[in-house]
Amino acid sequence: MAILINKDTRVMTQGMTGKTGQFHTRMCRDYAFGKQCFVAGVNPKKAGEVFEDVPIYASVAEAKKATGANVSVIYVPPAGAADAIWEAVAADLALVICITEGIPVRDMVLVRDRMRKENRKTLLIGPNCPGVITPDEIKIGIMPGHIHKKGRIGVVSRSGTLTYEAVAQLTELGLGQSSAVGIGGDPVNGLKHRDVLELFNNDPDTDAVVMIGEIGGSDEEDAARWARDHMKKPVVGFIAGVTAPPGKRMGHAGAIISGGQGTAQEKLAVLESCRIKTTKNPAEIGRLLKSVL
Amino acid sequence: MKIHEYQGKEILKKFNVPVPRGQVAFSVDEAVRAAETLGGPVWVVKAQIHAGGRGKGGGVKLARSLDEVRSIAQAMLGMQLVTHQTGPEGQKVRRLWIEDGADIKKEFYAGIVVDRNTQTPCLMVSSEGGMDIEEVAAKTPEKIHKVWIDPVSGLSQSQATDAARTIGIPDASLAQAAQVLQGLFKAFWETDASLLEINPLILEGNGKLKALDAKFNFDSNALFRHPEIVALRDLDEENPAEIEASKYDLSYIALDGNIGCLVNGAGLAMATMDTIKLFGGSPANFLDVGGGATTEKVTAAFKIMLSNKQVKGILVNIFGGIMRCDTIAEGVVAAARDVKLSVPLVVRMKGTNEDLGKRLLKESGLPIIPADNMGEAAKKIVDAVATR
Repeated sequence: MAILINKDTRVMTQGMTGKTGQFHTRMCRDYAFGKQCFVAGVNPKKAGEVFEDVPIYASVAEAKKATGANVSVIYVPPAGAADAIWEAVAADLALVICITEGIPVRDMVLVRDRMRKENRKTLLIGPNCPGVITPDEIKIGIMPGHIHKKGRIGVVSRSGTLTYEAVAQLTELGLGQSSAVGIGGDPVNGLKHRDVLELFNNDPDTDAVVMIGEIGGSDEEDAARWARDHMKKPVVGFIAGVTAPPGKRMGHAGAIISGGQGTAQEKLAVLESCRIKTTKNPAEIGRLLKSVL
Repeated sequence: MKIHEYQGKEILKKFNVPVPRGQVAFSVDEAVRAAETLGGPVWVVKAQIHAGGRGKGGGVKLARSLDEVRSIAQAMLGMQLVTHQTGPEGQKVRRLWIEDGADIKKEFYAGIVVDRNTQTPCLMVSSEGGMDIEEVAAKTPEKIHKVWIDPVSGLSQSQATDAARTIGIPDASLAQAAQVLQGLFKAFWETDASLLEINPLILEGNGKLKALDAKFNFDSNALFRHPEIVALRDLDEENPAEIEASKYDLSYIALDGNIGCLVNGAGLAMATMDTIKLFGGSPANFLDVGGGATTEKVTAAFKIMLSNKQVKGILVNIFGGIMRCDTIAEGVVAAARDVKLSVPLVVRMKGTNEDLGKRLLKESGLPIIPADNMGEAAKKIVDAVATR
């Protein structure tokens, strides 16, 4: 089962013909069932062409109609990425995963506002995220496939390499993953920690969840409170940025302590008060999870 | 990206938000000439630095004569202005803003940010103007009134009027106050600001509202469509190492510890800093080399870290994943040779060709200390720095 995606998912790639899109489309197609999963690319200027066996269509709607793909992954450069998200939402895809980093906040505010006002059902993951993987079935995004192992642990995180770190620790301990979801480091995004916890909670193939957060905003606190009231499975947490100074953007656009809000200390305290075990040592995330099974 | 108060006021004027008349001055003579042009009888001399809290630090002074303007400008230009936002070393004052004194009847606060929870812009207003707003939020949160704004239709007249009434702006001034608040939202939205703060927004004796201060932060992801904002950038206000880093597409932030760290990925970089601290050390910087840890980037990163004389050791933590560890190892070895590294270096890397990478580090003949996981890596660099 896993969450969001599996080997039966059919994916189109927006921005497939750019340098990043080409590289990662190749890597994704080489992973597990990738060749049968990635069925279309979208580029109005290259419609009718084929990239390494993948046909290119002029629009998301056309690609959906021709191939049945209802999931999209986006590598479109920042200036046009919000429009690409909207095109996928307007075509009523089930899921859109936006990898692009550097989209202006205003563009994301407008897309999210329109999705809410029109009551759109499309799920958005990202932007500025590594993507989603269901090990041994399908990988949509830029994460290294080989560190993953099929199993029953869910992983959700705002960061890329820190997620790989946690996944690699789990794999080394023999703990495979049901799915790993990167929700991205931007302040205005799609699915939140809370939403992904809910998906894992409802997934019969997930036994426990690792939640990785960082400074900025209050997503982790919201998720922790939701987990306290609803979660039937153990959750462990790590929050990056205990040593981050206030008022400085730590790489990710959303990783900033502003007005005294969004500190790692505050998040850790809320997680602990909601009975989510945490560690201050990121090298111990895997072992912490193992201890609650 | 931040700008100066006077630049912010220029932007506000374009959006019909009233601000005091004023002129910028880069020298004492210019300050006096500006005061002459303005005519007086009372002037305010304001130090222009990017940090807040200037008044308490002595960066805002009232002058009642041209001689006073001259003596204040002489003292202020070139001083190291220390505020709660500058750190103990302060920030050098290079520009002054000379403006008309204002007839302040009452001070209010207005700020706009994007609320991450609702994903919409949010106007915050308060009757407690002129105070540290973070303190107001902590002690008397009921005195901050929030209005969520529809990003398509903007701040409506009724929303703006209600907000103004709530914070105690008198009825006779409500119509103009609403215009001011609407102008502030337009200025925020159309410039892709991430923060706009007016503290204080004043009510003058004549019943009119005026922005006595202007603090803008801009979304750096949107600067590509605002060359007019980029033109306002003042490099003197930024950390030179951070400027140098941005040329190589490195994300670098100077901290006050002594262990430099070079990491790929923002989350992992923060986690690495935290781990150094956990083992009793203190990180000298945040540094994210991004996706491609090439020799050129790693070399630039080493030079930038070592330009900080506090640095007594370096920790490299790369989770290669798709990236090959032998490529990373080659980059690290070349960089260490290039900068003639003389402080301890611990390298932890993970990814494809890990063993080959480790062998390259070992065979380089450089005193590189390898580590298998980030906990061990942090412990090793903390120990190495402590025993020097």
